[in-house]
Amino acid sequence: MKLGGFIVAALAVSVLLAVFGSPFASSSPDGLEKVAADQGFLEKASSAPAWSFAPAADYAVPGVGSAGVSTALAGLLGTLATFGAAWGFAKWVGRRKGQS
Amino acid sequence: MHLMDGLVSGPVAVAAFAGSAAVCALALSRAEKNLGERQIPLLAVTASFVFAAQMLNFPVAAGTSGHFMGAALAAILLGPLNGVLVMALVLTIQCLAFGDGGITALGANVLNMGVVGAMGAYGVFRGLRWVLSDTRGGFLGAASVASWTSPVLASAACAFELSLSGTYPFFATLPAMTGVHAVIGIGEALITCVTLSAVLASRPDLVPGMMPAAQEA
Repeated sequence: MKLGGFIVAALAVSVLLAVFGSPFASSSPDGLEKVAADQGFLEKASSAPAWSFAPAADYAVPGVGSAGVSTALAGLLGTLATFGAAWGFAKWVGRRKGQS
Repeated sequence: MHLMDGLVSGPVAVAAFAGSAAVCALALSRAEKNLGERQIPLLAVTASFVFAAQMLNFPVAAGTSGHFMGAALAAILLGPLNGVLVMALVLTIQCLAFGDGGITALGANVLNMGVVGAMGAYGVFRGLRWVLSDTRGGFLGAASVASWTSPVLASAACAFELSLSGTYPFFATLPAMTGVHAVIGIGEALITCVTLSAVLASRPDLVPGMMPAAQEA
């Protein structure tokens, strides 16, 4: 398998997982939240986040009626954005090579 | 295990931020020299896979879920310091775009799931590679055990920060956090093992330390 084909296939698997898997993800509290609730320190967490500009808070794209579609869309956009950001970041790191 | 705002105190948040920033700076300077042209798409697709798989919470016990962390996978595929960079990128995107993990706790989250998760797991992985047979089975065994330790070590670091912050005593939070993450770690090990098997089956040359000849054994 060529490297380009491998990258496309791996990205496709990631997107499929995010789009078709995320609506079925468990919504139970995660390990930390569960421990925090059991031990009574969950209430110390701020109710309003310090960063309030997240465009898709709680992995929900605003304005989409169905919760499942909203989560799937957040998964799609997030996976592609992460791919793009990481690629750009790695390119930027590579470009610094010549300058230092 | 994404810490929210308010759970770590100011001094702990600042110290954790400084610590993870220092490791990221080291990782960046190494990557400038060592990140090959071929590794750029591999780093990008590893980050996107980690992001996607982290969305898939699976139930671990009554009323509790866990999700893949990915630090061990990234460290094994890209090296421990590049693994830290991948985790820092994913955690920053999760925080800024999806409100997952507080921004004041971002340093602590990168320290736990990135630095401790990737470098701790990688240390275990290398130790086991040295002990276990140099075969595909030995490789996957080492990767699986290392992946299991990754969220356990990260959760211990998280418990330590919570206690330093005066949020809850260490002796109570440590066993609770490591206990639940020991179960989540089984899922972590399975996902890492399946993913590495798929990479080995299609492009074994992309897996450091796995010579194409050794995969037959």
